[in-house]
Amino acid sequence: MGGEAGEERIKIGLEIHCQLTNLRTKLFCGCPADYRGSPPNTHICPICMGLPGTLPSPNKRAIEDGVAVAIALNSEISRRMTFFRKNYFYPDLPKNFQISQYDGGGGVPLARGGYLDIEGGKRIRIRRIQIEEDPAKLVHEGTIGDSAATLVDNNRAGVALLEIVTEPDIEDPREARAFLEKLRGILECLGVSNGELEGAMRCDANISIGGGTRVEIKNISSFKEVERALAFEITRQRQLLARGIGVRRETRHWDEVRRITVSLRAKEEEEDYRYFPEPDIVPIEISEDFIESVRRRMPELPDQRKERYMREFGLQEHNAELISSNNALWRLFEECVKMGGDPIEVSNWLVGDLISFTRELGMELTDPRVSPRKIVELVNLIRSGAISTKIAKDVLMESLRGDESPEEIVRRRGLLKISDESLLRGIVEEVFRENEGAVKEALRDEDVVNFLIGQVMRKTRGKADPKLTYELVKRNLERIAHGEGPSA
Amino acid sequence: MGEITPEDLERLCWLSRLRLSQEEKEEFLGQLNKILDYFRRIEEVDVEHVPPTYHVVDLTNVLREDEVEEPRPDEVLELAPRRKGRYILAPRII
Repeated sequence: MGGEAGEERIKIGLEIHCQLTNLRTKLFCGCPADYRGSPPNTHICPICMGLPGTLPSPNKRAIEDGVAVAIALNSEISRRMTFFRKNYFYPDLPKNFQISQYDGGGGVPLARGGYLDIEGGKRIRIRRIQIEEDPAKLVHEGTIGDSAATLVDNNRAGVALLEIVTEPDIEDPREARAFLEKLRGILECLGVSNGELEGAMRCDANISIGGGTRVEIKNISSFKEVERALAFEITRQRQLLARGIGVRRETRHWDEVRRITVSLRAKEEEEDYRYFPEPDIVPIEISEDFIESVRRRMPELPDQRKERYMREFGLQEHNAELISSNNALWRLFEECVKMGGDPIEVSNWLVGDLISFTRELGMELTDPRVSPRKIVELVNLIRSGAISTKIAKDVLMESLRGDESPEEIVRRRGLLKISDESLLRGIVEEVFRENEGAVKEALRDEDVVNFLIGQVMRKTRGKADPKLTYELVKRNLERIAHGEGPSA
Repeated sequence: MGEITPEDLERLCWLSRLRLSQEEKEEFLGQLNKILDYFRRIEEVDVEHVPPTYHVVDLTNVLREDEVEEPRPDEVLELAPRRKGRYILAPRII
């Protein structure tokens, strides 16, 4: 994780913006927050458009959401927080300032500190969590070169965002992705943010190598892209360092299509946002009672669930971690267990073939064809010895493709394992007759024994009971070794 | 903190997107320095045991329930000086 000896240490810090998609309204006004698919500028009002004389008032549920996330990330919740104005001119801000929070100049964000442990037990510290409003969406007409104007859609302006900033504890792109996936699982589990919605979770990253200059990467639209953008940036910075060129302090933009980072602006000095307290919004006091009431309503969190799976069902840590941090997987797992599926067997199928097969088929885990009944039937078919594990894989794949359950497929295709000794003995003898040379070799060479078993499998199209086949082949070879005929 | 210099004023103008004439610059520079002097006098007061004030009204938790108020977007949209369809037009920014 820390890299090879002599390699410079990489430090990555993330800044995540997630929309509180469970809110019905924007952060400071009653406009509907669900802007996706709406015609431009239909969810706007004098407040979110910053008309003079209007008074923003914070959405109580946004504060509750923020407190829930802060609890889940082990952060220290401020007892009295304030909102600040962040001033800059850009067409995405109707007011020319963003109502945000500020950890400085007397400002107090929603929460400070905290941590999240990612797989492998590594702890990533949280610096702060704050609430702010989303800017508007800009549409550029025509090609970038000839667009004469920028089109502004303010439906998104004022939607509630949670900004989560980490300490630079992340040491490689994979860790960054692991952190983000885990965070997403928590946010979805709490029901505050749906990461499946486009643009609901966005991420900026700060990265430096060997204590060198820090570069900020913006415009990373998905968590998968974060890993790519960081990997590119590490290569770029290493090449510069190898050629004796210093890394410039700057903000770079991730170009998803070309998969490179592009310089956006040099950061010769800190941007001057002239933060000052938002005079229209009075401070918010968060009482112990308020925090407790939020805590009482919180669902089981992924880490708690993981520990319960290990304790209650004896799952391996790896399986427990994977299942508990994915909402579709843990729901499926619990359904399967409720239907009587063996928890350990079920967990192995879920994290193994089910994930890779659904990926291969381009299916979501929430697809109705991924039903708990199919998994439980499959596990039971193997447990009872009716089909082999190898055949089970085919059956699962076929079952996912359509509506047939594993039992139906096994019945229709006649895939039941051949465990009938007399039937299998006949097939073994056939193989021995057809492969006399191999039989002689097999007496000395164990590898050739496997060849003979393979031939039996081929003849039965994988249905032969592997254990019984092995015994029969071995028994036949022993008879030949003792000078007896193959069939006794 | 020293005087506000003409360079400070230039920067301030740039940050606020204000374009001032030479006369205005000279006039405002004097006024701004007067304001700064005024704050310097306030700073002389011993406030060591006074809690900071971030808000002038003594209220907290003026919050709103998460309930939709039907927006009347067209009335707001009409105020935009330049439009294209339902979009508001802003200067090209790339």
